[in-house]
Amino acid sequence: MSYYWQYGTLGALTAVGGAFVVIAFLGNRLMRPRKPRVEKATTYECGMDPVGEGWSNTHIRYYLFAFLFVIFDVESVFLFPWAVQLEKLRPQGTVLVEMIVFIGILAIGLLYAWKKKVLEWVK
Amino acid sequence: MIDGIDVLIMVIKVLVVFGFLLVSVLLTIWAERRIVALMQQRIGPNRVGPFGVLQGLADGIKLFFKEDVTPTNVDRSVYFLAPVAALLPAFLAFAVVPVGRGFHIGHRVITLHLVDLNVGILFFLAMGSLMVYGIVLAGWSSGSTYPLLGAVRSTAQMISYEIGMGLSVVSVVLWSGTLSTSGIVDAQSGTWFGFVPRWFIIPQLPALVMFLLGGLAETNRAPFDLPEAETELVGGYHTEYTGIKFAMFFLAEYLHVITTSALVVTLFLGGWRGPNILPFLGPLLFVGYFLAKLGLVIFLFMWARATIPRIRYDRLMHLGWKVLIPASLVWTMITAAMVVLPQEVNRTTLIVVVGIVFEVALIVWLARLTTTALRRGRLRRGDSHVV
Repeated sequence: MSYYWQYGTLGALTAVGGAFVVIAFLGNRLMRPRKPRVEKATTYECGMDPVGEGWSNTHIRYYLFAFLFVIFDVESVFLFPWAVQLEKLRPQGTVLVEMIVFIGILAIGLLYAWKKKVLEWVK
Repeated sequence: MIDGIDVLIMVIKVLVVFGFLLVSVLLTIWAERRIVALMQQRIGPNRVGPFGVLQGLADGIKLFFKEDVTPTNVDRSVYFLAPVAALLPAFLAFAVVPVGRGFHIGHRVITLHLVDLNVGILFFLAMGSLMVYGIVLAGWSSGSTYPLLGAVRSTAQMISYEIGMGLSVVSVVLWSGTLSTSGIVDAQSGTWFGFVPRWFIIPQLPALVMFLLGGLAETNRAPFDLPEAETELVGGYHTEYTGIKFAMFFLAEYLHVITTSALVVTLFLGGWRGPNILPFLGPLLFVGYFLAKLGLVIFLFMWARATIPRIRYDRLMHLGWKVLIPASLVWTMITAAMVVLPQEVNRTTLIVVVGIVFEVALIVWLARLTTTALRRGRLRRGDSHVV
C-alpha cells in the first residue's frame, strides 16, 4: 500500500481517537452536576490553605540531565539507519569501526559527566 | 488501485483496533486489581458482572457522571488539552503492531495489521516520547506544587529510560536488518532443531531485559511509579484533575502498558507466530497466539508491581544512566560485531553464549554498584530529600 494510504490510515485512527475524546467531553458536560464553591476551586494542599504561587522552582540537576538526553537521543537517531544497513554494508568492513569511534566519543562525554559527578543525584 | 472496498476494510480495521484497545484496557484494569489482590491475599473486585469483570466499565461510567472541578489557579487551555495530548499517542502506537497472519477473501488479501510502516519501530518510539508532553503539560498547567514536581520527575525519568529502551531496540534492528514490525516478525519465523522457535528472546535476551526495564519506567509503572508516588506527591501530575479528564489519563496509562507489551511480543516473542496445531481455526489461531503472549507480558507488568517496592529517585537515575545506558550501548556494539562476522561463523550460537556472559556481568555490576553505595554510607537519613 502506498505511503499516503498508510499515513491516511493513521490519520483515520487519530480522528477516531479525537472523536472519542470530543464525545466523552461533550457527554460529560451535559451529564455532570455543577455545584461550584470557592473552596473546591482552590489548589490542592491536603486541606490547608495553599501558600505561594504553585509554580515552584525545580532543581538545576534536571537541566543537566536534559542536556545529556539530547546528546544520546541524537545519537540513537544516527544509530537506527546504520543498524538497518549494517548487514548489507558488511563487505566494506569499516562501517562498524566508524560507528564504534562515534559512540566512543559520546561515551567519553558520558564518562566525563560521570567523573564530574553530574550523574550523582545526592551530593 | 484503491477502491471503495479498501476504504471500507480500512475503516473496519480502524474501528476494530480502537474497540480492541478500549476493551483490553477495561480487562487489564480488572485483571490487575484481581491479580494484585490475589498476590496480597485479598479478594479484589468481584461484584460487578461475573467475577467482577465489569468493574472497569463501572468505574469509567462513574467518572463520566462526576463533577468536573477546575481549580482557579490553572492555565485553562493547556489544562484542557493535556489529557488529550496524553491519550492520542497511546492510541496511535498500537497501529504498527501486527496481530495475526493475513488471509484471503476472494482475491483480496486482508492483513491483520493496521499500517505496515517501513519505519514502524521509530513510529512506536516517537509515540512513546509524545506521551511525555501530556504529563509535562498537565503538571505545569495545574499551577500546583505536587503536579509540577510529579511532572518534572516524570520527564526526567522518561527521557532517561527512553535512551536505554531505544538502544536495546537498535540491537533487535541490527539482528533482523529491518525497522518494519512485520519484517521483524517475519525474521522470527521457523525453528531451531525443529522445536525451538526462532524468537529473538533467545539471541537477544539482554536486549529484552533492558527493554522491559525501560518499558516499566516509560509507562510509569511500579517499581518506577515515582511520578505518582502517592506517599510523597499525592497523585503526581494528575492531582488537580477530576472526572472525565482524570479518566483520560488513566486510560492513557493503561493503553501505554498494553502497547508496550504488544511491542515486547513483536520484538522478542515472535509476534503472532506459533505452531499451526489447529489448522481448521485458520488465522484465528495466530490472533490467539498474539493475545496469549500479550496477556503473558501484561501479567509480568502486574507481577512486578505486586513484588518489587518502589525504587528511590536517586537510585532510579543511577540505574538509568550508570547501568542501563552503558549496558545497552555495549550490547548494541556486541550485536553489531556479530552481524559483521563472516558467514561461516555460527553467529546465533556465539551470541547466545556472549549474551549469557553479558547478563551475568550485568547482574554482578548492578550488585557491586548497590553494595558500594551502601558501604559509602550514602543511605543516610537525610537522603530522602531528593526531590
